[in-house]
Amino acid sequence: MAWYQYIWAPGIWGNPAVHTAWTAGTLVALASGAVGVFVVMRGQSFTGHALGDVGTTGAAGAFLAGIGALWGFLAAGAVTGGAVEWLGRRVRERDIATGVVMAFMLGLAALFLYLVSIYTNASNAPMTILFGSLFTVSPSLQPALVALSVAALAILALIYRPLLFSTATPEVARSRGIRVRLVGLAFMLALVIAAEEAALAVGAILSTALLIGPAATAARAARRPATAVLLGAGLAVGNIWLGILLAYDSYWWPPVHTGWPVSFFVTLLSLLMYGVGGLLQRGRRMRALPVPQEGGQ
Amino acid sequence: MKTESTIQPTSQAALEITDLGVAYESTWVLDHINLTIQQGEFIGIIGPNGAGKSTLLKTVAGLIRPTHGEIHFPTAQGRRHPVGYVPQRFDLDPDLPLRACDLVGLGLDGHRWGFAWPNSQRRRKIEEALAQVDLAGFADHPAGKLSGGQLQRVLIAQALVSDPELLLLDEPLSSLDLASAQTVVDVVHRVSQELSMTVLLVTHDMNPLLSVMDRIIYVVNGQAVIGTVDQVVQKDVLDKLYGYDVEVLRLRGRILVVGDETASGDAAGFDHR
Repeated sequence: MAWYQYIWAPGIWGNPAVHTAWTAGTLVALASGAVGVFVVMRGQSFTGHALGDVGTTGAAGAFLAGIGALWGFLAAGAVTGGAVEWLGRRVRERDIATGVVMAFMLGLAALFLYLVSIYTNASNAPMTILFGSLFTVSPSLQPALVALSVAALAILALIYRPLLFSTATPEVARSRGIRVRLVGLAFMLALVIAAEEAALAVGAILSTALLIGPAATAARAARRPATAVLLGAGLAVGNIWLGILLAYDSYWWPPVHTGWPVSFFVTLLSLLMYGVGGLLQRGRRMRALPVPQEGGQ
Repeated sequence: MKTESTIQPTSQAALEITDLGVAYESTWVLDHINLTIQQGEFIGIIGPNGAGKSTLLKTVAGLIRPTHGEIHFPTAQGRRHPVGYVPQRFDLDPDLPLRACDLVGLGLDGHRWGFAWPNSQRRRKIEEALAQVDLAGFADHPAGKLSGGQLQRVLIAQALVSDPELLLLDEPLSSLDLASAQTVVDVVHRVSQELSMTVLLVTHDMNPLLSVMDRIIYVVNGQAVIGTVDQVVQKDVLDKLYGYDVEVLRLRGRILVVGDETASGDAAGFDHR
């Protein structure tokens, strides 16, 4: 075996599960990475994380009802996102409202998962919901994932300037006639889609790795908002691709020939990228930023 | 109580406030405010903390809906958002991917859908606005790494780039060191002169602005008096406004309003440096 075959394993491209994971992962990563940059800029990381967590409830409920997990994820996200927007109308209240709603939704998840264990013999359902299973995502979901990712990105593109305005200087935006609440609500819709897609791909409690990690790295590295959004999407896609590759390779790793969970690699890469980005940033900060001379033309 | 303006009677009114009242949960924060501001006037809104200064400014900015009364912008000719509003100091995350020119650009077209595609005309307008506030070279500087005074001036540029009828500034000098505060005062004064811009500026300390203000609006307990500094900052006028005895001291070109805290409880909790 040539050395590169340890990384680019023979037959990886011919594997249908990899193909499906690659397509689904790319679609999810594009939306999560781009939306995530605004989540980071708006200080909504906790909401983003909570939206992933509560997906557990929806997915477990969907499992009980015998419908696709994706729809459960989305339903739970929509309910939670709506409740958070409604209850947490002030920034200060938002984290509290998010926490309270999330706790109740996770309580429901406990009930649903208990019922799943009683009435079905799907012992690995909780694992799949909580920690993801990109390799088992059904190919039939692809049209839905395309539509959802396109919708999230389209919302982001449409409200881009008012959203940036509302994020940077909300009072000024309001004085210029922007309906900041409505813009926030539209963004919440994009966030629900991105967070629940990420929950489906890498697991309800690991979705942050895709939604926040690459976006936070990009937001810190970039100087322009548009660059940050593109970089966030790019890093998230890179993260998923490399994660899939490593998970496929891990089939030959110890202890047995089963392959490690792809979610593990995605979270690891997310952490690494954030850490390395931080170190580079610190190095850049040491070299003093040139401060322009003040004065008129 | 209203006194005539130092501005020539021929000039046009830029702002007319008629019987304005603002109530929060059945408490009147502002009541029966009647004011007319002429075009090009530099107005300081002055008063103790909690008097309603910022509420007055925010109501003019359209951020607070008046409970009763009307606000008119006669020079705006029906323009829906004719004011440039500069908010109270806030901190931006130093790592935010946002440059000074992004903030100013939002003032120009942040209300529109979609992206702002780069073009030279847009860039020129942004750079002109930054030059007006003495920050010509700062277009690509990270917004989160600007000093407090610089961020304040970038936000002034953000307001100016929309070509407003009025410039409204909420406590632009608070938590700035003296030199930065003076720079902000100089910039706003120069802008008001060069563009004959009407300026309303909220401050709890009138002293840095004594040489540049045409008139002041003195707000106490939701009531307001307008006039020149010499007309308004007088013992008899302020006694009536505060509702108790105050002393007005003029020392070395500075003015201090000293209240009688014992007689008034926390109502006198204002602070003039």
